[in-house]
Amino acid sequence: MKKDLVIIGGGPAGLAAAIAARDAGVEDLLILERDARLGGILNQCIHNGFGLHTFREELTGPEYAGRYIDQVLARDIPCKLNTMVVDLSDVPRGAEGEKGEAEGGPKPERPEGRKKSVCLVTVMNREEGIYTIEAGAVILAMGCRERSRGALNIPGFRPAGIYSAGTAQRYVNMEGRMPGREVVILGSGDIGLIMARRMTLEGARVKLVAELMPYSGGLKRNIVQCLDDFGIPLKLSHTVVDIRGKERVEAVVIARVDEYSRPIPGTEETVTCDTLLLSCGLIPENELSDSLGVEMNPATNGPKVNESLETDREGVFACGNVLHVHDLVDYVSEEAAQAGRRAAAFLDGRLEKTKREIPIRAVDGVRYTVPASLDTGRMEETQVVRFRVGNVYRDAAIEISFDGKVVSSRKKKVLAPGEMEQINLKKADLEQYGDLKEIRIAIRPADGGKQ
Amino acid sequence: MEKREFVCIGCPLGCNVTVDTEGGQIRSIAGNTCPRGADYVTKELTDPRRIVTSLVRVKGGELPVVSVKTEADIPKDRIGECIGVLKDIELQAPVRMGQVVAEDICGTGIRVIATRADAAL
Repeated sequence: MKKDLVIIGGGPAGLAAAIAARDAGVEDLLILERDARLGGILNQCIHNGFGLHTFREELTGPEYAGRYIDQVLARDIPCKLNTMVVDLSDVPRGAEGEKGEAEGGPKPERPEGRKKSVCLVTVMNREEGIYTIEAGAVILAMGCRERSRGALNIPGFRPAGIYSAGTAQRYVNMEGRMPGREVVILGSGDIGLIMARRMTLEGARVKLVAELMPYSGGLKRNIVQCLDDFGIPLKLSHTVVDIRGKERVEAVVIARVDEYSRPIPGTEETVTCDTLLLSCGLIPENELSDSLGVEMNPATNGPKVNESLETDREGVFACGNVLHVHDLVDYVSEEAAQAGRRAAAFLDGRLEKTKREIPIRAVDGVRYTVPASLDTGRMEETQVVRFRVGNVYRDAAIEISFDGKVVSSRKKKVLAPGEMEQINLKKADLEQYGDLKEIRIAIRPADGGKQ
Repeated sequence: MEKREFVCIGCPLGCNVTVDTEGGQIRSIAGNTCPRGADYVTKELTDPRRIVTSLVRVKGGELPVVSVKTEADIPKDRIGECIGVLKDIELQAPVRMGQVVAEDICGTGIRVIATRADAAL
């Protein structure tokens, strides 16, 4: 089978990318989704707060997903559900005849040099078994997964009752089952905070949320409405050092940690509970990107992309949480729409090969930028550059410099690792600058403002 | 004069809003990015409210539960009561998104609606 555009993942990123690609003229596209329904993780996020930016109203996760699913259905964009992509690989030499397109009847026109498929997508489902699709372009929209107990190296027994916060969320919100009655949550990521409230409303007793860092990894509004509203304590600079219980969790031992995140002896405290939820960060799900061999960014665990959200493999784009973990779905949709437009441009030959890549360097407190480079010849009128900082800063400034010269400095009251920041670069400004070699984005702390 | 700090929950920005009050009267509000922030702290001082999201059971659907929300915010001290009422509701599939689940939850005059569709099996 051949497809002009294959979109891997039917969550918010995949949906928005598909809509934008179709609106930009891509007729022959396919969304591949491994779950039984479109919408991805939004389906289990039944709380409100989604879409304020995009729709100017506060929606729940399923409602936000519904808006995009409706648009996908209205455009008759084909989707395969319950279908898992098991491999992405190079198109074997000789597998694709140069004249194959011409003989294949009325195919969408693609100029010379864009006729080749960029990769081979191996998919599997119950009805059709395992087969391959040759894709003219691919958008990676696989999302992310939660850091597991194994990845956290928590000592202790391995009893039942330890869940990632998202697993518990799925049990409670989609399957109507309660994972436990007395709960301790490790990690103050948004899902953990949201689950503290959910479990409380469902009748469980949430004893505390422990956070390794001296600051929360979640949004401040969630601390207010999920913890403060219900009197659930947030213990910063604390971690779980032991899990008690053989068959079922009976208690966890928490301890204060020092500035190097090492537990401080003598500060241990035993908290009885039957459930431990882990909300300790999200990791982009890039097994497929790896199997294709795209270059990764160690700071995001996602592919390294240019201004077109294109990986180092021509015609392979990435967007949403597989690229870097977002805190707002609105920005995922925005980013994914750009990937959709750029994939469409690639397919009809409007996306010229990169001529001169200007690196965007993340320095002085900025952990990474997406994109990591841009080509003024290829960029859209305005390019959003998203990034995260590595620490909490107060009254600091976000500084942009071109070849060492500061061109913009924007004051921010608070900058925190838990909240993604963004700046806009204008094509006109960059072109005016002429032979630009490097763009730097840095955090300039106020005097002693660093915390 | 009394100073109180709030984190606005109006949107994910989470502005730090400072309110000066004198004898229960609001003198000044600072730190909010938009009017929502001023509304939020005013309500928070006089009549704190929250939108409630939860679940109701569904019979004969794809999934055993469907998500619901209050169409507007309800008084914060009525949340527990609201959740209790929702626990006793059982719908019959199919459920439409936006379908009214309760006309007037706990006498607040506010409707509860389904936020997900569920097809009948």
